[in-house]
Amino acid sequence: MANGQPPEKQFVRFTRLNRTLHACMIVSFLSLALTGLTLKFSYTAWAAMLSHMLGGFETAGYIHRFAALVMFTTFAAHLKDLYRMKKEKGSWRALILGPNTMVPMRKDWKEFVATMKWFVGLGARPQYGRWTYWEKFDYFAVFWGIAIIGSTGLTLWFPVFFTHFLPGWAINVATIIHSDEALLATGFIFTVHFFNTHLRPEKFPMDTTIFTGRMALAELKRDKPLEYEELVRSGKLEAGLAEVHPPIVMKTIRAFAWTALGLGFCIVIWIIYAMLFAYQ
Amino acid sequence: MRLALISALYLTFSFPLPAAPAPPQEDPNAICLACHGEKSLTAKRKGKSVSVYVDAKKFAASVHGSLTCTTCHADLEGKDLPHGAPLKKVDCGTCHDAEQQQHARSLHGKAVARGDPLAPRCANCHGNHDIVPVKDARSRVAPMNVPFVCAQCHQEGTPVQRNRNIHQGNIIENFSESIHGEGLLRKGLIVAPNCASCHTAHLILRHTDPASSISRRNIAATCTKCHAMIEVMHRKVIRGELWEKQAHVLPACVDCHQPHKVRKVFYTQGMADADCMRCHENEKLKAARDGRSLFVRAAELAGSRHAKTACSQCHSQVNASRVRPCETITQKVDCAACHAEIGQLYQRSTHGQLLAKNDVNAPNCKECHGTHGTLGRLNPQSATFATNVPTLCARCHREGQKAAQRYTGQQHEIIEHYTESIHGKGLLKSGLTVTATCTNCHTAHFVLPHTDPLSSVNENNVPATCGTCHHGIQEQFERSIHSRKVSTTDKALPVCKDCHTAHTIRRADQDQFKLEIMGRCGRCHQQIAETYFDTYHGKVSRLGYTKTAKCYDCHGAHDILKATDPRSHLSRENVVKTCQQCHAGATRRFAGYLTHATHHDPEKYPFLFWTFWGMTALLLGTFVVSGLHTLLWLPRALQMRRELQEAEAAEVAALAAKGKPEASKPPPAEGTPNG
Repeated sequence: MANGQPPEKQFVRFTRLNRTLHACMIVSFLSLALTGLTLKFSYTAWAAMLSHMLGGFETAGYIHRFAALVMFTTFAAHLKDLYRMKKEKGSWRALILGPNTMVPMRKDWKEFVATMKWFVGLGARPQYGRWTYWEKFDYFAVFWGIAIIGSTGLTLWFPVFFTHFLPGWAINVATIIHSDEALLATGFIFTVHFFNTHLRPEKFPMDTTIFTGRMALAELKRDKPLEYEELVRSGKLEAGLAEVHPPIVMKTIRAFAWTALGLGFCIVIWIIYAMLFAYQ
Repeated sequence: MRLALISALYLTFSFPLPAAPAPPQEDPNAICLACHGEKSLTAKRKGKSVSVYVDAKKFAASVHGSLTCTTCHADLEGKDLPHGAPLKKVDCGTCHDAEQQQHARSLHGKAVARGDPLAPRCANCHGNHDIVPVKDARSRVAPMNVPFVCAQCHQEGTPVQRNRNIHQGNIIENFSESIHGEGLLRKGLIVAPNCASCHTAHLILRHTDPASSISRRNIAATCTKCHAMIEVMHRKVIRGELWEKQAHVLPACVDCHQPHKVRKVFYTQGMADADCMRCHENEKLKAARDGRSLFVRAAELAGSRHAKTACSQCHSQVNASRVRPCETITQKVDCAACHAEIGQLYQRSTHGQLLAKNDVNAPNCKECHGTHGTLGRLNPQSATFATNVPTLCARCHREGQKAAQRYTGQQHEIIEHYTESIHGKGLLKSGLTVTATCTNCHTAHFVLPHTDPLSSVNENNVPATCGTCHHGIQEQFERSIHSRKVSTTDKALPVCKDCHTAHTIRRADQDQFKLEIMGRCGRCHQQIAETYFDTYHGKVSRLGYTKTAKCYDCHGAHDILKATDPRSHLSRENVVKTCQQCHAGATRRFAGYLTHATHHDPEKYPFLFWTFWGMTALLLGTFVVSGLHTLLWLPRALQMRRELQEAEAAEVAALAAKGKPEASKPPPAEGTPNG
């Protein structure tokens, strides 16, 4: 590349739908985190300022609920996509037990053990495939998060309706679960997920694959050797190649990703400050 | 003093008893006189030795000479003699019923009833064992003697004149110089009026009391007892038609003929004022002593509240018989001569107390009301008109001024705060003269610090003070748990000012008030306020959102009651309705929401406590595992990065070694469209 040859084609790992859903996820998640945390950390001056910047608490509330709807829609779109994939594969069983399944398998356990060995210097880097075990963990963390935060959030949104069949104190319980689970989600995404995918030294400062959908072949070969081999073996590699995005698109993508990343870090700092220094 | 007087009397008139005592069976008093006839007989009264000698001869000559001792000393009946304990006070009312009743209703009787040590009883005027008929010139209450009996207490320098509220000065002197006193004392006219002729003998009342013989309503009747035709005489002086048209504006006798100073000299108000103005209309007139101007602007006086008051009514020490009537003036004008009740209040106020101590900063009447130009408080030009009151008080109470400098309490920038308060805005911006000004809360004349139990702003009195305008609120408040009328506790109970403040009162529908109220309630209900901030309502309030439940939305504002009280907003009967104010369709289950829940109390809220710790464990567990994972990964990832960089460097070096010419080729066009 450096010597002026036309840019090498890259392998498309994420469909356009995947990329759009991830972007929607980022936007809604950040909105939810910002507006929700103002409430959780209402005792900090930051919260009052942010709430004011967002147009007052009432507007922040509308943003929060609208973002929740966006996230629910994103989630629904993904479920529909799963259903499409199930039809492609023929059955749920084929989808779940297939080679590219998101469901943790025995292979993932072996990979995890091998990774631990690699970490402590007892072995080489495992030959990861299409999905690593931490990617699968992240994926199901979202499932779990949406289920827990979503359900408690709806309870808090419509308390009058839910108290037709739940006792009043369930609202208090829902508040705690919603707030602490949200803290877990934001904390996890903005530290562990950020590190695992973007900040780990060999990817630093950012892995744009989820935004562009594309990964350089060399990187694919290095990072997911099993997937690469499988692609070469089945002859699907050529079909999966695509041109690199034009610079303007890349710039937009980077600006968006950096904003999200920056916001996430700010939120982490705020959380740490609120929890450690201003806790009430 | 009384005893001393009586004993002095005895000493003056005593002479030895006849040596031969009468046989005891014939004179029932003899047995008493056997002891009390001895001049040396004394008894202890309040630790002092006093004579209990009775002059038998004088007693025999008195109006009561035919009575036995036990007629008056009724409690002696059937007692073993000599009696040890002092006898009860004699009740003259057993015989003199009507007089005693009058006395009881009089100033003197009321003073006796409240235990005033200076209060006069029957014996103080009439004597005891030596009472002679009124017609006897020797009687203490014979017309000629009455002024002297009254003078015992009402002369200058007596404790009564000094310590009790008596607004006339030099009464006895003035009387003796008056035409009445002259007739009685110098000319020996026993028909000339003495004190009792105007004041009555037993029913002596303040001139402000409508029932008094000297009240404005009755004074004419009192005077016309003697001056029977005086009405006809005065028709010539006063425009006749006024008697019919405006009877109420007619002057009372005392308006022209000042009490105690009545002279035969006839003068009208106008004449007297003209006399004064002869000198005082001179703008350059100055007092010889201190050079202050003595000029009186006639127009100012004419436009004042006192336009119809004669100079001499205020400057009452003038003596019209002198060429310079004012040369007899020794004291400043005493407004209380007419404004008696206000004067009494003022004397007890902080302002009055300071004046009594001759404090230089003490405000007297004229400080607020002015002098000759004084105006009624309903006149917009008056300094005491509602909208001018804050400015008036600010003269001393503004920060840096003399009253503010002496002040040691908590309230500062009072005037500025008041101006910004709802009351100040109502008064000064909206021009509502019914809005509370300084004097509405602090009173005009009875201003006392809030620590004084009599102060209108004392904690115990605040609800009533605010209630003079906010009556409906006061009614609600006084039925609430916060009222001292409902709760008995040693803890401090709040009054209006504790939530609304004293001088910075805001509208309760303003955001700032709404957001501050939790802190105000929290000053006493600290824990409950803290737990409120743990819940949704509290958190959004803290973000400055006011459309959420605050303390008073659920508990009520002025009608707060225990939740166990059926009338409470939170009672079982009312709580659902209370929630429904905001949450339409709320059910009883909904009302089970814990509005003050905290997850720190495992006893009270086990569900919340365990949920919280469950979630915390999940959180910590996740972060510990993933944190460790990341930490372990880091060195490997760094290693990978190093290898990658080395590989790249090697590749670049290899390329550079292989084909330099390629580097000079122009770069290909970028931006191929992407499918």
